[in-house]
Amino acid sequence: MSQQHVTPARPVASPGPQRPAPPRTSERMRQGLAQRTRSFSAVLGPLGTTFKYVSLVIACAVAIVPLVTIFMAAFKSREEYATTGPLDPPSDWFNLENFVTAFTRGNMLEGFLNTTVILVVSLTGTILIGTMTAYAVDRFDFRGRRLVMGLFLLATLVPAVTTQVATFQIINGLGLFNTRGAAIVLFMGTDIIAIYIFLQFMRSIPRSLDEAAMLDGANRLTIYSRIVFPLLRPAIATVVIIKGLAIYNEFYIPFLYMPSRDLGVISTSLFRFKGPYGSQWEVIAAGTILVIVPTLIAFLLLQRHIYSGLTSGATK
Amino acid sequence: MAVMSGTTARVRAAGSRSPGSPRPARRGWKITPWLFLAVPLGLLILFTYVPVANMVWYSFTSWDGLDAVKEPVGFQNYVEIFTRPEIFRVFLVSVYYLVGAFLQLVLAMYFATVLSFSTRFRNWFKGIIFFPYLLNGVAIGLVFLFFFRPGGTLDALLALVGVQDGPQWLGDPSLVNVSLAATSVWRYMGLNFVLFLGAIQSIPTELYEAAELDGASSWQKFRFIILPSISQIVGLSLILAVSGALSVFEIPFIMTGGANGSETFVIQTINTAFKFSKVGLASAMAVVLLLLVLLVSWVQRRFFPEEKGDLA
Repeated sequence: MSQQHVTPARPVASPGPQRPAPPRTSERMRQGLAQRTRSFSAVLGPLGTTFKYVSLVIACAVAIVPLVTIFMAAFKSREEYATTGPLDPPSDWFNLENFVTAFTRGNMLEGFLNTTVILVVSLTGTILIGTMTAYAVDRFDFRGRRLVMGLFLLATLVPAVTTQVATFQIINGLGLFNTRGAAIVLFMGTDIIAIYIFLQFMRSIPRSLDEAAMLDGANRLTIYSRIVFPLLRPAIATVVIIKGLAIYNEFYIPFLYMPSRDLGVISTSLFRFKGPYGSQWEVIAAGTILVIVPTLIAFLLLQRHIYSGLTSGATK
Repeated sequence: MAVMSGTTARVRAAGSRSPGSPRPARRGWKITPWLFLAVPLGLLILFTYVPVANMVWYSFTSWDGLDAVKEPVGFQNYVEIFTRPEIFRVFLVSVYYLVGAFLQLVLAMYFATVLSFSTRFRNWFKGIIFFPYLLNGVAIGLVFLFFFRPGGTLDALLALVGVQDGPQWLGDPSLVNVSLAATSVWRYMGLNFVLFLGAIQSIPTELYEAAELDGASSWQKFRFIILPSISQIVGLSLILAVSGALSVFEIPFIMTGGANGSETFVIQTINTAFKFSKVGLASAMAVVLLLLVLLVSWVQRRFFPEEKGDLA
């Protein structure tokens, strides 16, 4: 919970004037790194370098070991799990029985389906809402503009976890309790970060494009949908990645608003393993690995985008 | 909703009242931005501002969440929070997470600094240290339940170095919060690390070159170049750490459900509202937490002012 506010507020590839052209940057970076390295080992000597690598290896071990042991447990049969220690590798790395149990009897299939539905609908909604807001705020000069910005800005300060007591009554009043709609409207309606990402990016799109289209007789809706929206694609990619991860990982909203068994998303389906499989750690382990693997794949494929999405905007 | 239509109406009225507007030719469009903003603003108000307003209202009643009548009770709920020690005491649990968060920032800064120098397998180290942050909270909870359970990974590792009969990491009330705070550090350190690393790498190389010419040592470069350049993001992380520690929820809720003295203020608020149906009291607790978080944010703005308010 603690750091969820630190999500990006700037586009991945902001072509603003403050950024030098990419090749030049990397070239300078390499030069700088070379110089820094020289002085690093010059001052700290081989002992410092050893200490540096030892500390890095320890940090990686701390990050990996808890995951590796649960990964190994997932391949063990019941008897094997009971008789071997957590650090012993499984005898058969192709024993997929636990994964089958987790998938079928643990409702993981429904979990993945529900998560996918919620993910697709709320991402689409977030993108439409975010781009429309950014377009209205950046391209129009109207009274109340500052007020609108203030409302969005102030809302970032309200931690969602505190207001659920009252949000629950609203969801209930709308008749959305125990439907996928509850999670969808909440993911769409409370995403202020996406709006900032779009707003930042919108500033880099020249207004002259709008004006040229206007001279050709295009109306505002056409400009938004045919000119601005396609140009926002890099920012949309950032929002899809960051927001997609957040929705995939969200536990609290589905837990509170969708308690019905067949409405489980992956978080809540996995959470329910704690009950019936409380003592069957090999099945819980398999379920956990099933949830982790998509994240791992996404990370390996989108590494660069994830880093830059997080770093470039966090200071804002 | 009433708030929104009121505002809209007022703004529209204000718009049409100003014939001397600088670009009279565009006056006809004044309604267009509001068409684009209608849905976003509606959702914002419905799911952020109305709940906050309702919460304040409920906090002055003894409502149970179902009754048609919300009996006003004045400040009774607030008096209860501050006079019944068992309610406020759970804030002490936050101290563990706060200490953990400081440790987390120090570690993140160390690894960010180290990896900003050229290092073999740099991207591997970076990726591995960062990866836990991306994981699903429930998966992390289960991974660490497995890690801390009797005879689990931690005990097996300790047995390797000759320590038998480790303590009950999650069963012992004097240890449970340490274990949970450590899990939290494991989860969030990668984010701070990547943010710091990004800030350090955006420092222009000229600064290092100049320092080099002046004969600065590595420590001096860290102290006088790196540290000042990342002070903004460090300040922000610090404040987020404090408000995060006050509103810890997922890790303890998933792993222990608040048992053995690991209950946090948010878990208690949720239980008060949805388990014991005391929505009035729970709302008052949520208002107290909200005010604390707002106070922390205000302190941040006071001490780490943003360079330019380019969003307002």
